[in-house]
Formats: sequence, C-alpha cells, structure tokens
Amino acid sequence: MSHVYVARAREVAARRIGSELMILSARNSRLFSLNETAAAIWQGADGVTSLSEIVDQCICEGYDVDRAVALRDAQELVEGLAQHGILKVSDTPMEETA
Amino acid sequence: MIAAAQERDVIIEIGGMPIALHTDSPEFLQIIWNRYGGFVNPSAKSVFDLDVEIVPPGTLAGSIDPDGDLSVSFKGERWIIQRGDFHAELDPTLRRGRIRQTASPYAIDAAFRILHSLLLARQGGLLVHAASVVRNGRAFLFAGISGAGKTTISRLAPPDVALLTDEISYLRRDGDGYIAFGTPFAGELGKPGENVRAPLAALYLLAHGPENRIDPVSDADATRALLRCVLFFAHDPHLIGQVFDSACELVQRVPVQKLTFVPNSSVWEDIK
Repeated sequence: MSHVYVARAREVAARRIGSELMILSARNSRLFSLNETAAAIWQGADGVTSLSEIVDQCICEGYDVDRAVALRDAQELVEGLAQHGILKVSDTPMEETA
Repeated sequence: MIAAAQERDVIIEIGGMPIALHTDSPEFLQIIWNRYGGFVNPSAKSVFDLDVEIVPPGTLAGSIDPDGDLSVSFKGERWIIQRGDFHAELDPTLRRGRIRQTASPYAIDAAFRILHSLLLARQGGLLVHAASVVRNGRAFLFAGISGAGKTTISRLAPPDVALLTDEISYLRRDGDGYIAFGTPFAGELGKPGENVRAPLAALYLLAHGPENRIDPVSDADATRALLRCVLFFAHDPHLIGQVFDSACELVQRVPVQKLTFVPNSSVWEDIK
C-alpha cells in the first residue's frame, strides 16, 4: 500500500481548529478530527505524491519516529479515511488536488 | 388584519431578511398572520418572493410521498425542497420561488427554516438549535440537542429577559461579531420569540447537572458541539463549506462555555 497515491476528496471542507484538523464531509455531514501527524498526511495527499513519499517528507523529516511504524500508521489512516469517502486511493497518480 | 388578507401578500421579516409571501388563499393568509404576526413588516423590501399555492390535503400526490421525509436537492441553479406536506422550488438567483402545500402552518414553517438556512449560509450566518435571549442589551445562546434544556432554561427566565426563541436561534455576522435575532420558530414553549435583536455576548452549551457551573470549552470541542446544533439540510459541498466556516468563525469570535445547570431559576444569576 505504500506505493499508492492518495488524494483529498472534493466533497469535503477542512479547517484547522487549535491543534486539530477538522474535516466535514458534504456527502453525509460527518465530522472527522485529525491530530497533527494525521493532518500532515492529509495535507500531503495531493494525488501525485505516493504515500511512502508523503510519510518520508511530512512525517519522518519532522518527527522522531521509526519509518516502518510511521508507514504502517499512515496506511491505517488512509484506509479509514478512504472508507468514509473523504480520501481517494489509487495505484496510479491522480489529478492533483489543491 | 382583514385588509392585509385581502391584499393576498404579506412580508415576513425574520433575522432582518424580509420574505414576501404571495397567495390567493385568505385562509392561508390568516394562518400566516396568526403564526408570524409579530414578524410582519409591510414596509420592508423583500429579499426573496415566495408564491404559495394552497392545495387540498391529499392532492400533493405525483412524486411526493405524503409521509416522506424532508429532502433538499439542487436542480441546476434551483433548490428543490420537499416533504410529505409541501414541494418547493426556489431560485436563489432570481430570488423567487414557488411552494405547493396544504393550508398548514407546519409546511410553511419548515420551508421558511430551510430557506433561511440556505440564504444565511451564503452570508456567514447560522440557524442553530438553541434557545436565545436578550438581557441587559446583550444576547445569550443556549445550544443543545433535543432534551438538553433549551425550553427549560427559557421557561425559567426572569422578567427582565427577552426571549428570542426556545428552539431555533438566528445569527448573522455583524462586523467582528454576531447579532442574534428573535424568531417565530417555537419549540415546546409554544410561543414565538420577541422580534428584537442584540449583539451576541456568549454561547453556552447546555448540560443538566447537580449544580450550576460554567466551564471552559476548547475551540475544537466548541466547534464540534456547535456543528451538531447547526440547522443545515443541503448536501451542497460549497454551502456546507460555508456553514463550516461560519461555525469556526463564531467559535473564534464569541466566548463558548459549557453551562451545567439545575432546573431552577438560580441558573440565571450567572447569565448577565
């Protein structure tokens, strides 16, 4: 799964409140809250950068964390967000999201 | 009142947002006057015109399920709102719409709430499941889901408190802050709010408890709680984003605290 590409869904609104990133799904009005590291993954999900690169750039460079652990956590996060339809996952690069 | 009914038109101004109703039904106009009389403003210039066609019960048929749930959808530029007892098509660009309904106050009340929520979303305002009052020239909101105590705290309000609503609070941006308006949207109290307005001083998240106390709430928790209480029906991403922004803005600009209270008038000692 590390060689997948992830992109933020368009039908969401995301705002930073304090230390959390809140994401509201327009599809079902569900509200999600991401902590600092999860938010870093979310922000990096531009559709053209692979998940492993996002983890390297957004997590490993900024936090004292084992890369394998960070990658596993990122994969779990992506799976969860994708199940809720607020993140898209693909084996190939997607249209870049802003 | 009779003269107004003969005119077939009436302008209802809620939240500083005058909406003109046009109908051929004197019976329906009387219903409107009875329900919204305190909010009629004949001299206001309407920001939206609504043609109301009254149909006999059971004749809304066609695609409408008489027991159907509320739905709000978009058809091109138009908003389509329907429920078992009404069908409305609204054009926000032309600022005009049409509603077919039975001569029921509940249908127009629901349509009004939705129309206001859609119009407000575009202006940074919010409709919130909250009681609200004015005291000493300042407005206070008491937000909570059903059963949180909105009607209870409204019923306990002392005489110097003007009740804006015990059910649906109406907020609009005003400079760096917000203005709370009275609304005719009543809850269990069964009476409309006063048609007055005041700057919003605080928003309290209601909770029942063994003692009266006010506790701080983090911005994130306040935003979550507020969003749970915001009335919004459409699934349009842009409008939902605007509502989200408005909720975040409000939390940044207005103190939000948790108000735990026992159901007696002592709670009002802390609300000034």
